[in-house]
This record gives sequence, C-alpha cells and structure tokens, in this order.
Amino acid sequence: MYEKYMIVPELAKKTEKGFEIGARLPYYRGVSLSMVEEIEVTLDGETLPQSDVSILINGKTYNLEQRENELDDRWEMGEVATLAIAKSGELPAGEHKLGLKINLRIGYMPFPSIRIAERNIIIN
Amino acid sequence: MSSNIKRAVSLYSYQEEFFLKKMNLEDCIAAAAATGATGIEIVGEQSVPGCPKLPSDAFVDQWFGWMDKYKVTPVAHDMFLDYNKKKGHYWSDDEAVESFKQDIRFAHKLGFKVIRVIVNTTPQIIEKVIPFAEDHDIKLGIEVHAPWNINSAWMERHWDVMERTGTKHFGFIPDMGGFCRRLPRVQVDRMIRNGADPEIAKFVCEQHEKGIMAEYTIFEVSRMSNRRIDMAVAELSRHNTFVNPLSLVPHIDRIVHIHGKCLEMLEDCTEYSIPYNEVVAVLLKHGYNGYIATEYEGNRHIQDVYEVDSVEQVRRHQQMLKNLGCGI
Repeated sequence: MYEKYMIVPELAKKTEKGFEIGARLPYYRGVSLSMVEEIEVTLDGETLPQSDVSILINGKTYNLEQRENELDDRWEMGEVATLAIAKSGELPAGEHKLGLKINLRIGYMPFPSIRIAERNIIIN
Repeated sequence: MSSNIKRAVSLYSYQEEFFLKKMNLEDCIAAAAATGATGIEIVGEQSVPGCPKLPSDAFVDQWFGWMDKYKVTPVAHDMFLDYNKKKGHYWSDDEAVESFKQDIRFAHKLGFKVIRVIVNTTPQIIEKVIPFAEDHDIKLGIEVHAPWNINSAWMERHWDVMERTGTKHFGFIPDMGGFCRRLPRVQVDRMIRNGADPEIAKFVCEQHEKGIMAEYTIFEVSRMSNRRIDMAVAELSRHNTFVNPLSLVPHIDRIVHIHGKCLEMLEDCTEYSIPYNEVVAVLLKHGYNGYIATEYEGNRHIQDVYEVDSVEQVRRHQQMLKNLGCGI
C-alpha cells in the first residue's frame, strides 16, 4: 500500500552530518509518531542503523527515542516528512540506490504492517 | 424506482487522490455529491488532521457549510482503537473506553449518526461505551469485514451484547467484501506482477468460484509450491470470503450501516467479484432502510502500474446501486 509514493526523491540532499530524503507514510490514515515502529534506510545495499534516522515533521525533529514516545504529534496521511540520516564518511554526489522500510504498529492487524520501497535517487 | 435504502459515499474511496493532494476534502465531498449520493462517511483520521481531537470551531463551520452547499448529510465516522499506540504497553479497558469516547465526541461534533467500530474492539468495551453513545445519539456498528461474517464466533459475542442490553445504539456494519463470489482480479493480477505463478493463481480463482473451502485450496497449493507469494495467492481465498447473502436476514434490524466495498467497477457498472444484485435484492426484500456507502479500495492493488481514477470508480458504484433500486 502506497509503496510507490513512500520515497520523495526531490527532497534528497547531502547534509553536514549525512543526507536527507523525503518520505510519505504508507497508510490510509495518519498515525501518532509512536506507532511508527521502524524506519529503516538502506543506501547502496548497506542497512543504516535506525538510531541514526531522525524524522522532521510538523516543524519538529524527533530522534528514534523521541519518536517512540511521541503519542500526540502525528504523521498525517500524504504529508511529506524529512528523514535525516547521520552517516560518517564522504558520500559521493550523484545517483544512489535507496531503500526504505516503514513498519507500523496497527492495533487491529494481527501482524506488523511492513512496507518496503526502493528506487534510484540523486543525492547532491 | 426508489426504495428506503439510501446511498452514501465514504471519502475513503478517494484516498489515492487525497493522499497525493490532487483532491482536498471539499473536492471529495463535491465528487461524492455529484454522484447523487446524499450521505457522507469519513475515516476521521484520514480526512481531518488531528482527529480524534475535536476540530476547531472554524473547521466545524466550514464542514457544515460544505454539507449545505453540496446538499449532503454526515452519516458515519470510522474509528480505530490503537491498543498498542505506546510501544510495549497494551491499553487497559479504561484507556480503550476513553479513546472510544473521544471518537464519539468527534463524530457528534461533525453531525455523524453512526460510528464504524473497528473489529478488534471487544464486546466488553462496547458495552461500557453504549450509555455514552446513547447520550450522544450515535449508533455504534461493529464492522463485519471478511474473513469474519455476521455469524462468526466473534460477532455472536457482540450480538449477545446487543440482545442483552436491548440498546438501539449498537448493531452491525456488514462490509460487502464478504460476498466475493470471485476473487478480486486486481488483487490476483498484482500478485502475479509480484511474481506469483499464473497457473496457481488460475487454480485458486477456479476453486474459489466453485465454493471450495479456502483451507482446502491453501493445502493444495502448499503441495504445488513452497514459495510465499504462491501461498499468499491461495490465502486470498480465505480473506475474500463468499457467504450466502441470506445470512444477513435474521440480523436485518441490527444493521446500522453498510460498507459498499468495491475493488473493480467495470464499465457496465457491475463489480467484478461481488454479485451486488443478489445482496441488494436480499436487503430490499427484508426491509433494510439505512445507507449503503461506497467504499472503493482498488487503488492499492493497481497504483503500482496504473493511473487510479477513484472518481469514476465511485460514480460507477453509485450508478450500480441506483440501477438496483437504492436511493433516488
């Protein structure tokens, strides 16, 4: 569901601490940030630690621990968030293969709601 | 031709365009009204930012302004219970009841008369909430969604609460996806695009149409393939049930609302997998007099390769309901 629209490549760019991408919630309603169980980013085949991924939404930044404990602020349907990924070492400018896995904890589903997207994007 | 069955549209139907911001909330209401539907259903947490927090007075004024402008009525709000909202903590009944009450306040504020109760809500919680729903004159409807049916064990426990309390404010909301005589083609085709064996898919579809029990088909497929994707095709037969529409008859008076699920509306205004003519005939004959709300859900199965046109899919579904004698 909505895998096609999860990665927003237009917002991808290098930053001082690593890089950023845009992302949409792959679900048909908004959820509190606490319900986003996992945000896993892979870059050129390398899975990056989830603790290195922060989310910027509604003008605020949440690291993994803050996100897990945020019961009020929401990621609404269709809203583009920025994922900031800390990554040491030089990141070559240009095309990269980006993977994004988002796992949601949805009360009425007996299994995890995992959605996975992958696409080549330009990170400059 | 007209009847006592009224037509509504769940704005959930336009989720693809809403997600991509091609349509805003007013556009969705306008599109629903343009089909001739007179009722509006929403998934609050989809259509209204911040739901179930109460919307601002400005929003409420805007909302009722739209209802007047497009000559439609708020009918149903779909709620959720996020029991595991906090990582590592499962809500107590008291926490669940409080969340449920907030949805009732939300629905009441926007003029809805029915709340779709998510299926994981326990009968005990609903029983505790019923007086609050009565006070707000909101009917609660537990959603009967495949693979459940209206006579499932879980629904029997809810029926017991309805009977025991004698309340007029708790009943069922059957989802028409529980009447899939054929497997939805859009689901099967998506799985084939994702690598499922077309021959196995054909076999599963044939078994389903013959009425073979899903567990038998799943076992047969497990002997043909050890690939997860092929098993997933077999499991479509378990999730897209077909039960005899006559199973609704003993419960007609307990049906507070109906979800008119559709996954693929054809050009001739019939649904590919659901024999709506048979189900609606039962509802008409036995005097159902509430709404059927179109709930188009095909987008998720075709969005990988096709342009989704929710507006046209909803239009066809509404035309079908009209052809079958629902609404004006």
